[in-house]
Amino acid sequence: MHPFQYLAPTSVAEAVDALARYGDRARALAGGTDILVQTRTGRFDLDAVVDVKRVPELTALALGEDGLSIGAAVPCHRIYEDAEIAGLYPGLIDAASLIGGIQIQSRASLGGNLCNASPSADGICPLIVHYAQAHTAGPNGRRSTPVEEFCLAPGQTVLGTGEFLVSIELPRPPAGFGAAYQRFIPRNEMDIAVVGVGSSLTLNAAGDRIEAARVALAAVGPTPILAQAAGDSLVGKAPSIDAFREAGELAADAARPISDMRGDVNFRKELVRVLTRRTLTTALERAQS
Amino acid sequence: MTTAPTPQKIILNTTINGQEHQLLIAPHHSLLETLREAAGLTGVKEGCNDGNCGACTVSLDGRIVDSCLVLGAEAEGKQVQTVEGIAPDGQTLHPLQQAFLEEAALQCGICTPGFLVAAKALLDSEPDADEDRIRLWLAGNLCRCTGYDKIIRAVQKAQG
Repeated sequence: MHPFQYLAPTSVAEAVDALARYGDRARALAGGTDILVQTRTGRFDLDAVVDVKRVPELTALALGEDGLSIGAAVPCHRIYEDAEIAGLYPGLIDAASLIGGIQIQSRASLGGNLCNASPSADGICPLIVHYAQAHTAGPNGRRSTPVEEFCLAPGQTVLGTGEFLVSIELPRPPAGFGAAYQRFIPRNEMDIAVVGVGSSLTLNAAGDRIEAARVALAAVGPTPILAQAAGDSLVGKAPSIDAFREAGELAADAARPISDMRGDVNFRKELVRVLTRRTLTTALERAQS
Repeated sequence: MTTAPTPQKIILNTTINGQEHQLLIAPHHSLLETLREAAGLTGVKEGCNDGNCGACTVSLDGRIVDSCLVLGAEAEGKQVQTVEGIAPDGQTLHPLQQAFLEEAALQCGICTPGFLVAAKALLDSEPDADEDRIRLWLAGNLCRCTGYDKIIRAVQKAQG
């Protein structure tokens, strides 16, 4: 591994300065479960690693009237161990409790999962179906980006030089909201998604009509995909297996998978159909409970 | 933009198995390298060095982590526990260690320190974990010799 300096700033401004000073030769360090592996395997040579965990905003986890704010470096276990958050954001909990094993969940963050921008990331689809916004800071100040627009290509995001993710904000779900994330892997644990699907829906007060819905897809394109037509197809309809099946067809149309050792195009599209139906079914059960 | 010279070593103050240590380390060294090379604690093993196998599992402020995926510098001011710190008085084996011996839950032994640290964390936080929970909790630890059943039986035996 290329020797690098270890910097541990204690404020957002200091972190921006450190990252900007080293440009492409520096990376922010949250849980380290991707970046240290990538640095070791020579994906990039760094002169500095900027540990952002001493910046209070990065490790803050706050549930309020308006919603949930997740500091970019908050590890997965802190999210699923909070009963109130687990009740309100079930799609997030599905992902946070299946990324890696216990050791990884002690360190890995949803923010890091987002910045790593892997097409197969388990954490990004649930954020999209929970309508999350990414708050970043950089030399030009702060800005917000909808999570579905954050990733540009495998490993590439909207983050500019010196810019880093500060927090992810999720609105408080309305009454009648449910969400779920599922993936297909050939093992039981510790694997990379062949396909992952996150779904959410909001029922009207009577519980007989869908008012809003989102479906997001992992590992079937260069970035996580918000399958807009699939979600839109459900709006105004009564929740039913037929409606979920049709959404699955539209989600498969939105998928742009490649064939590789983990699955070919047709298999992945079929998985999108099945997992869309299943996640919508689970989201409905959660919306009704 | 700066072209950095080779970074200087840094001083790390950390507590390992209850003892305060002051170690001179390279800033890019992992906690795994720090423990083995700077602190001389070779119980912690390198397996895959990329977070898949769990052989390097240690406890960091009470949470198990893969020490290959932590920088040594990140342990500043923290509490680290390795397999060397599991036996209560350094003489008598911990019930988990005794059970691993009795159930033949190890062959080559490379994965064993990681399994012991992870299993101890499980017993500390969920003493009544059932078999499914034990298997889930230990999913981040790979063993290429025993096939896991003996390891699970040993953990169950240590539960009493």
